[in-house]
Amino acid sequence: MIEFRGVTKQFPDGTVAVAGLDLVIPPRKVTVFVGSSGSGKTTILRMINRMVDPSAGQILIDGVDIATREPVALRRSIGYVMQNSGLLPHRTVVDNIATVPLLRGEKKREARARARELMQVVGLDASLAERYPAQLSGGQQQRVGVARGLAVDPNVLLMDEPFGAVDPLVRAELQTELKRLQSELDKTVVFVTHDIDEAFLLGDQVVLFKPGGVIGQAGTPRELLENPADDFVAGFIDAGRPRSILR
Amino acid sequence: MTWLQENWRQLVDYGLAHVWLSIPPIVIGFLVSLPFGWLANRYRVSRGVLLTLGGILYAIPSLPLFVLLPSLIGTKILDPLNVEVALTIYAFALMLRTTADGLASVDGDVKLSASAIGFGGWRRFVEVELPLAGPVLLAGLRVVSVSTVSLVTIGAVIGVNSLGFFFLDGYQRAFFSPVWFGMAGTLLIALVFDGVLVLLGRLLMPWTRSRRGPRARKYGAAQARVAVTSR
Repeated sequence: MIEFRGVTKQFPDGTVAVAGLDLVIPPRKVTVFVGSSGSGKTTILRMINRMVDPSAGQILIDGVDIATREPVALRRSIGYVMQNSGLLPHRTVVDNIATVPLLRGEKKREARARARELMQVVGLDASLAERYPAQLSGGQQQRVGVARGLAVDPNVLLMDEPFGAVDPLVRAELQTELKRLQSELDKTVVFVTHDIDEAFLLGDQVVLFKPGGVIGQAGTPRELLENPADDFVAGFIDAGRPRSILR
Repeated sequence: MTWLQENWRQLVDYGLAHVWLSIPPIVIGFLVSLPFGWLANRYRVSRGVLLTLGGILYAIPSLPLFVLLPSLIGTKILDPLNVEVALTIYAFALMLRTTADGLASVDGDVKLSASAIGFGGWRRFVEVELPLAGPVLLAGLRVVSVSTVSLVTIGAVIGVNSLGFFFLDGYQRAFFSPVWFGMAGTLLIALVFDGVLVLLGRLLMPWTRSRRGPRARKYGAAQARVAVTSR
């Protein structure tokens, strides 16, 4: 379980990204942060692995205040997948996946063997193992990113708009794949997106943010759809609905 | 040609001396440029100061520097170390901006994601930023290498023998054979160094070689279209 207690983030230039956020992220579920740009959703995500430190308040993972944990060690214990995959361009697919285990001091042979297993788990052909990221398609790169996020078998997986830069067909494929993976792995996933459909498809819990990191509504997709808290939430959900211009 | 027959031994000896004189400045200048290049990118003030300093250092004429160094670092006037130190200063000055630019050219997203998955500052620099700056560093190193091999010849004026000796020799006797062969030798060394650097680059940066990513994808898409239309 991840818990935000009165978390505020003010940047040096004075912008307040989040003010007094209280939020509980349940374990072994997918929680999706959705909101337009400037809603602070990415900042909030990055506070979980201390890429951003809060100005005030506490964040607890399984009851432990993460401010007491060494940032680099904390990050190695949490999976992280980002847009455009964030892979290391100078390392092959297996080495990218094995990166975090190697940082944690695992033996090279074991780390690479496990990386090859993970390629299978995320649906990557074994023949791609020695390729460099630039030699893969966008969808394949994203799969490598997911495999890397899972490499140390973390309890928590952070996903920062991971499917934002791939075309709709590939995105649908990756979404289905993630749902399948999650049903097998049961991670605590925190997923950031600006796409409300993606949020409803993937989220067990959806947290819709208003600008400035204010929670518009948090609940299951059904709750948000059937009982939107206010006009902002209803409007955000409605804006995502495709409507025909040929009426 | 008769000159070559009589003097090839000396040509080879001085050629080898030339090689040994060229290597330390290139290597040390490059290594020293790394921390300073990092520092230049770290703060806005340090960037301005360091890059200006680099420019000024490179503007110092070489001959007076060779002559003045003994009094500055306490070496003997004929010590080859004078030439080595001076050339290292030039190599550093020339390399500094390239190193700073190379490190600055590394994709911010890659650095961010490297930190996010648990690279500490030092490891991120050594294992991510440095290799990814590699192609730019190599380009700079190639310039430094050629420039150093050429500058070594000036050391002959203060008695540090390299192929530059033949330039002086030919000039003093108004006899051009040694000048031609000295020049050819210098070019040959520069070319060999350049080749070695390119080869090292290929070995150390295999990911820069097979950039068939985007093209392969385009090719794949074209294939797919063909497959669809021919059905």
